[in-house]
Amino acid sequence: MNIELAQVSRWYGNVVAVNDVTMTIGPGVTGLLGPNGAGKSTLLHMMAGFLAPSGGTVTLDGTRIWQNHEIYRSIGLVPEREAVYGFLTGWQFVLSSARLHRLPNPDDAARKALAMVEMESAKDRRIETYSKGMRQRVKVAAALVHDPQVLLLDEPFNGMDPRQRLHLMELIREMGTAGKTILFSSHILEEVERVAQQIEVLVAGRHAASGDFREIRRRMTDRPHLFRVRSSDDRRLASALIADASSGSVSLTEAGLEVRAVDFRRFTWLLPRVARDAGVRVWQVSPADEDLESVFSYLINRSG
Amino acid sequence: MNGVIAGISYRALLGRRRIWLLVLLPAVLLALAVLLRVIGADGERATVELMRTFAIGIMLPLLGLIAGTGVIAPEIDDGTVIHLLAKPISRPVIAQTKFLVAASVVALFATVPTFLAAYLLIGLESGVASGFALAALVGGVAYAAVFMLLGVITRHAVTIGIAYAVIWEGLVGNLVPGARRFSVQQWAQTVADQVSSSFFLSTEIALGFAATALLVVTVGAVAWAGLRLRSFSLTGDE
Repeated sequence: MNIELAQVSRWYGNVVAVNDVTMTIGPGVTGLLGPNGAGKSTLLHMMAGFLAPSGGTVTLDGTRIWQNHEIYRSIGLVPEREAVYGFLTGWQFVLSSARLHRLPNPDDAARKALAMVEMESAKDRRIETYSKGMRQRVKVAAALVHDPQVLLLDEPFNGMDPRQRLHLMELIREMGTAGKTILFSSHILEEVERVAQQIEVLVAGRHAASGDFREIRRRMTDRPHLFRVRSSDDRRLASALIADASSGSVSLTEAGLEVRAVDFRRFTWLLPRVARDAGVRVWQVSPADEDLESVFSYLINRSG
Repeated sequence: MNGVIAGISYRALLGRRRIWLLVLLPAVLLALAVLLRVIGADGERATVELMRTFAIGIMLPLLGLIAGTGVIAPEIDDGTVIHLLAKPISRPVIAQTKFLVAASVVALFATVPTFLAAYLLIGLESGVASGFALAALVGGVAYAAVFMLLGVITRHAVTIGIAYAVIWEGLVGNLVPGARRFSVQQWAQTVADQVSSSFFLSTEIALGFAATALLVVTVGAVAWAGLRLRSFSLTGDE
């Protein structure tokens, strides 16, 4: 099944949370990547039928999602907020989900779903006694109980320990391979890269990039990089570097050289050779803008 | 009506501390009745006054508030309601189920103690006990609907509910003659007056108006809550 967003915008008063986004989420695993506050949750809520788009349309195989409770036969939703009925046991919670879906055999479905998230041993404890990761898993089980074709997860790995995280990643990958349409949001590139075949990048409410993880990696790498270089003779190294086209600008500061490399790969290849030929000893090369925020802001400036 | 939703709602409403709130007010009513009896002030007049001012005037709106908002507002607040809403169940059915839970709880916790308190004082004399029990039932059901709607449309349901119960129902409804026509309590008392032959109970609203108003308010509030749930939105923290 496909979720289609056509020129979707959402604003709150004067604040634009999502701005003219067009994308199609198809079978397989898609990662919705973006820094906090980029509008990921807003977009996901519109796909889940919990928010009306201010403009544009959000459809599931051509059917409108907003104000259409029938879509939940096909959609499973794992919301970000961890609140669940604390007075229910994990078993009662997942079973209630199966019953609300009017499944022919709710007990079997609940058992299967709990097994998928490895929660059988704790299923008879009240949810209020669960850790954050366990709550997350029981929520996933409740969302999976009707074997939906589409699964939407809002920051699903938050609060999970590494083992639980790996397990959920594996589960998501398997379901993606089985042809389900899965979308999850995250602000961590590595997380998305490990699970998603397709990545949609959202920055400041805009659809900044789209592609498989190699494509996104490349686009995030192929940008001007700022390096700080310390060496035995900064002045001499600077004049040797500026002669090559791969270094866009070179400035001499107290802390060493600041080099803006326009061609990342050529620069990393060039620097040791230039230094060797000039007889300069390089002590330190460090990226000055490697954090995700600057990567994102680069992407958004380029797409804008 | 959905059995699973009703089951979860009953557990959420009656489990924990909230049940003590629901028990407290009827307990006070019964205690007052016992007190009046002990001090010998257990005439028909005192009974009607107790019913009018405390049972219908204070206990009923507060029980309606606790149960009506209690079936939905906390779940909306903490986001657990998503578990029910992200299901192939029409939202009006969810609202109707929540209403039935709230209404049944108010009916039980208001009607029975009201009858008992009056019975304790004057038995079945002049139909006061059955009259006010019926008033508590129809008024409680209306309150449950109104306060559930309030719980759906605003996050400040309890504050607004208390203000409404105290200012409108308590003061305006009692003091301003015209406003009496638009007060759940007055409608409920009209019903009581119909059943009871007590000389000390007199109301000025026609039964036809009161009954219609109770019905319209109840049905309207439940329908409106269903409509609002259809457009239930999660506005993210971002």
